[in-house]
Amino acid sequence: MALLQVDNMTHYFGGLRAVHNYNLILEPGHIVGLIGPNGAGKTTIFNLISGIHTPTEGNIELDGNSLIGLQPHEIAARGLGRTFQNLLLWRHMTVLEHVKMACYSQLGYGIWGAFFGSRFCHQEEKRLTAKAMHLLEIFDVGHFRSQLAVSLPYGAQRRVEMARAMATNPKVLFLDEPTAGMTPDELNRMISIIRKIHAEFDVAIFLIEHRLKFVMELCERIQTLVFGEVIAEGTPEETKNNPQVIEAYLGREDIH
Amino acid sequence: MDIPGHTLQRDKKGVKARLKNFAASVPLIGWFLGFMGAVLVEYFLGDLISYYLGLPKIPVLFGFLTVLKRPLLIPGTVGYLLVVYGLPILIISKFLQKPANKLAGFLAKGPVTIAALVHLGLFYAALHLWADLSDYRLLVLKLTMIAIMLTLSINVINGYMGEFSCSHPGFMALGAYTASTITLLLFANDKQFGDALLPEALGPYLFPLVLIAGGIAAALGALVIAVPSFRTRGDYLAIISLAFLFIVKSLIENLEFVGGPRGMSSQPHYSTLPMVFIVMVLCIWIINNFVRSTMGKALNAVRDNELAAESMTVNTRKTKIITFMFGAFWAGVAGGLFAHVLRYVNPGSFGIQRLAEILAMVYFGGLNSVTGSIVGAVSINILSEALRPLEIYKWIIIPLLLILVMLFRPTGLIAFTEFKPKELMKPRQKSLEG
Repeated sequence: MALLQVDNMTHYFGGLRAVHNYNLILEPGHIVGLIGPNGAGKTTIFNLISGIHTPTEGNIELDGNSLIGLQPHEIAARGLGRTFQNLLLWRHMTVLEHVKMACYSQLGYGIWGAFFGSRFCHQEEKRLTAKAMHLLEIFDVGHFRSQLAVSLPYGAQRRVEMARAMATNPKVLFLDEPTAGMTPDELNRMISIIRKIHAEFDVAIFLIEHRLKFVMELCERIQTLVFGEVIAEGTPEETKNNPQVIEAYLGREDIH
Repeated sequence: MDIPGHTLQRDKKGVKARLKNFAASVPLIGWFLGFMGAVLVEYFLGDLISYYLGLPKIPVLFGFLTVLKRPLLIPGTVGYLLVVYGLPILIISKFLQKPANKLAGFLAKGPVTIAALVHLGLFYAALHLWADLSDYRLLVLKLTMIAIMLTLSINVINGYMGEFSCSHPGFMALGAYTASTITLLLFANDKQFGDALLPEALGPYLFPLVLIAGGIAAALGALVIAVPSFRTRGDYLAIISLAFLFIVKSLIENLEFVGGPRGMSSQPHYSTLPMVFIVMVLCIWIINNFVRSTMGKALNAVRDNELAAESMTVNTRKTKIITFMFGAFWAGVAGGLFAHVLRYVNPGSFGIQRLAEILAMVYFGGLNSVTGSIVGAVSINILSEALRPLEIYKWIIIPLLLILVMLFRPTGLIAFTEFKPKELMKPRQKSLEG
């Protein structure tokens, strides 16, 4: 059975049809890419699945349970981690605090434990610190632990954000343009990091990306979205040679 | 030619560096011991010293009041401050530097609770003696402690969570009136509520429960605001909470059984100094625990980016409502104490002016910081007491100070720091440079 399944999802913003009849089947351990021109509705699809907007029609199932009507934090706690296109980091929090924060749903202590600083609360904090440090080491940002996340170099900020997403113990990881604004060097590093977490955490990945090199190299399947509709779906090879995709996205010149 | 100037400069630097070095090498307990010494000097020799310096009586609030009323007494007052406070603190902390460091080291090995209790006990003893000399001092001290609680609790909402709440005096009023009603009903023979329902002797022991009831009343009030207004952000809460403040005030003015605009008086004398001190310490301790835990850090995440917080499994709505109620709870407790310190409350004391005072303390001291709240509350409170002889000009000087702070440190004096009691109490090794 599919890990994440989206059936006939349609969404309207007022009178504007942002997404039309969108379907997705994500098997455990797969990497699927979503490409499309600007304004095609890629991020809207992310926001719909992660619960920030509720779709007008359609159904979303994670592990066989419907996600419709759940709050974003509930969906995140059920195993859907995500990053954001424009790096939504917290301005006044350190790198370590970022990653610990994402463990919020795994906190064992309650509000009273936090008020009175119970022994159990301190143990939990220690456990989370250890977990967070492990993740930070994997993403190679452990040495920044007590710095403010927003003061780091851009590439490191991206990796902190991914470490934060991984701290929610996701079964599915959504990456919204993980390489935006990166140099070619950082791009290659990002590819190896995604490969690494894919292998190490056994997580399915669904990513939005503009750089074809990146998508072609990583993804097993690619969906092409134009004006809220999927016009093509297939392997990287099929996508690259699909005339519709070429016309809508890659540019007409290739044909002539 | 420039050699003398040069040496002077170096000397100056040397003195400054040495003072700094010295200050850094005395542990907290050393300062407390010094303060204790100063208080003892004042307690036993204060009258004598002030007599020889030509002062009419012991300067109660560091001489501000005396000096502002009679400027000719400035030298005497400064001399008094030096002899009674400056010298003993310096001498004692200098001579006890080594033993104090040893003591701090010994305490640091044991559990934090014991170290904290020793520090607090010593500090309280000194404060108690200090306040013993004059009733006015005692009153100012109690009101300052209550101001610390108010500032800290509004900092949780306005600083840590980044919402702008204006209803703190309203919460305070709810706490004050609830607590007053309960004590007058249960423990006092009052013309409004009749004879005491419980033996009066029980009163002081049940007073903490009364305060908690006041806090809960305030927290329920907060819930009333929170449910409709936390769907939106920013200005809306400010407006709704300001409206709430006025609603509470006019509600109390029109409720005849709590005295209407005349207020309530003759509350029993339950807010003793130890009571206020213990409640304040509990308040600081609990709020500090909360804001340092990951659960409390969620407030910062909600403030800095709510969408990201929500996507990282933080239940933002619950966090906001609980925090708002938590802040209101402590405002209610502070209100209950306040009513029993003055032993009189009327709706007029919970108006917009109180709000301005509380906000000034938070923004002066620093957002998102327990230390900042304490510093802000103490300095603004003492200052507004000390400048009392200036009457209306007081309200020019304090806002001016606030404007200066906002210009040079927009987030307040000590903002965005963590209050770490363990760090604070640890021994300071004498630096090798000497």
